Amino acid sequence: MEQQALLHEISYLLFQGVLVVTFTACASYLVFFITQRNRIRGWARSILVVSWVMQSLYIISRYFLVGNTPVTTYHEAVFFFAWATTSAYLSFRWRHTVKNFGTFVSLLIFALLLVASFTSREIIPIAPALRSWWLPVHVILSLVAYGFLGLAFCGGLMYLLQERELKSRKLGYFFSRLPSLDALDQLNSHCLAVGFTFLCLGMVTGSFWLKQASGTYWRWNPKEVCSLIIWLVYLVQIHQRFTVGWRGRRAAFMVIIGFAVVIITLWLVIA
Amino acid sequence: MSEKKITLLGVNHKSTPLAIREKLAVTDGYADALSGLRTISGSLETYLLSTCNRVELLCVSEGQAGYDDLLKQYLFRDAVNLEERNQYSYLYHDSEAVRHLFKVAASLDSMVLGEAQILGQIKEAYRYAAEAGSTGPLLNRLLHKAFSVAKRVRSETGIGSSAVSISSAAVELARKIFGDLADKKVLLIGAGEMAELAAEHLVGQGVKSVSVANRTLSRALDLAKRFNGEACSLEELHTQMERVDIIISSTGASDLIIRSADVKPLMRARRNRPLFFIDIAVPRDLDPTLNELDNVFLYDIDDLSQIVEMNRGEREQEAVKAQRIVDEETVKFSRWQQSLTIKPTITALRQKADEICRQELSRTLPKLDLNEDDRRKVEKLASVISAKMLHHPLCYLKSDSCKHSDDIKIDTLRTVFGLDDDDKPKG
Repeated sequence: MEQQALLHEISYLLFQGVLVVTFTACASYLVFFITQRNRIRGWARSILVVSWVMQSLYIISRYFLVGNTPVTTYHEAVFFFAWATTSAYLSFRWRHTVKNFGTFVSLLIFALLLVASFTSREIIPIAPALRSWWLPVHVILSLVAYGFLGLAFCGGLMYLLQERELKSRKLGYFFSRLPSLDALDQLNSHCLAVGFTFLCLGMVTGSFWLKQASGTYWRWNPKEVCSLIIWLVYLVQIHQRFTVGWRGRRAAFMVIIGFAVVIITLWLVIA
Repeated sequence: MSEKKITLLGVNHKSTPLAIREKLAVTDGYADALSGLRTISGSLETYLLSTCNRVELLCVSEGQAGYDDLLKQYLFRDAVNLEERNQYSYLYHDSEAVRHLFKVAASLDSMVLGEAQILGQIKEAYRYAAEAGSTGPLLNRLLHKAFSVAKRVRSETGIGSSAVSISSAAVELARKIFGDLADKKVLLIGAGEMAELAAEHLVGQGVKSVSVANRTLSRALDLAKRFNGEACSLEELHTQMERVDIIISSTGASDLIIRSADVKPLMRARRNRPLFFIDIAVPRDLDPTLNELDNVFLYDIDDLSQIVEMNRGEREQEAVKAQRIVDEETVKFSRWQQSLTIKPTITALRQKADEICRQELSRTLPKLDLNEDDRRKVEKLASVISAKMLHHPLCYLKSDSCKHSDDIKIDTLRTVFGLDDDDKPKG
């Protein structure tokens, strides 16, 4: 029992630590964005790596507290979402360096962590009927998909900002700080492809889990309908991009809308 | 006391009208000009730069009187009379010369502030001078320092980062739209000079091909040949627009050549690949509403000039930062140059002491009847005494205590030890 209390304490401290470290990373990225000094970017990246390590440790501590993969409560899901976004960003090696991408992504990560900090951190063991190793696999795959779609969202936002500068013909603050439209569009297509693949895997494993837990692959409950909507929104984008060549502003818009749908369903359904 | 003096004499676009600069410019290669410069009496090291905006001579001499006039005579020959020479040229010595060279290399003295060409020109001029054996230790060091100052200015300030000409602004925009230009195709409509210049810039950035459409096909062919591209007639515009990425229009037509309605259906066939229109014709060739189409970007001459104007202002602000770097590096160089003059003093001091020891030993030893072992002991004694005597003077020379008065220190030591009396016969 005493051990459990200690673990609680450690877990709590880790979470607070993650918040502080990620905030620092975020602030450094913003300073880099404003001053454009490369040394600061190096620092910001290192701090973000530290944040990732602490996030991983927090998830591990939660695992020991809960007794199963900690992705079932709202707090855990949002936290894992943030972790997946961080991992996706740090693992991201793109042909072109996407200038100042880190600034936008770190803001998203911090926002997610902030949301997680406002949710209940109570430990709720899942009902025995739902226990199956399909569940964590399904949730992890879906959240990793969301991580990549989150990157696509940041890229889309940057695309719209840069496009607005170019279209208005008044080159302002963002023009020199943001990468080329082409780089952002390729980023969009890459993240979309990877994210959608994970999303499909998440859907399939989800229905396996449902089959095991309740005997049927599909029940048309709100959660499933929402997932289906998300899947369809991204399916349309993928289809349009690779058949008629949707790109640029419209694609950026769609990526942003898709991500908004993800956030809304996450909020509505899991809460 | 022989002190090396750095002298810089030059004319540039600010000081001298073009009509005179033309006459001074080196047109038949650096080799002859450099050898002429070397023959001026008193020249130790020489270097010469000649571009369309400036002619500059940079020399190291022994600092004798009248050297500056010889340089002026060499630079102006008979092109300008004596009174005008002073009015048109600028003459700097030592740290002022160093500062000027750094400023030129960092492109703070250029017509277009921050342009990158000048550094290449200086490097080339230096290469000639070095190959001809004109430069020595001081100028080698100075010019290498100038290169690194220019590099530092470029990386630490934004002086060269934004476009300040119409064509470089077009390139900058193309880069922000397409990223890599290596697989992009350019189409010129009309064969105007401005379009040619912009196309040249884009070719410099590595675009894949340039094709030219013009009312008179022969002119189109000429221009296309220059860029290794193909020529086409204005009727083929439509099919061309499907495959190119950047279109620069500069015809003399009084009406619009490409309308929004022409391009809209094209975008589907292009699979929405972006299209960048640059309209440098007056009156305009391209429909202003083109800009409203998705993935189509249109800039006309006014938009581009506005960008250029804005960037110029930015560069001027950055130049203040750059000037600070130049000042800093000038001080560093002067300090180095001073340390250089301490070293010969130290060697001279040691030589003098050794000389005295040797003289006295050779005078005294034959008079004494010593065996080999004792003889060596006496020799050792002499050299230890001289070394100990020199210890403090040498420390004083090397010390940081009075960094800014090195000249005085060296002068004092040289006088006290009578070093210059010995040097006199040599030079």
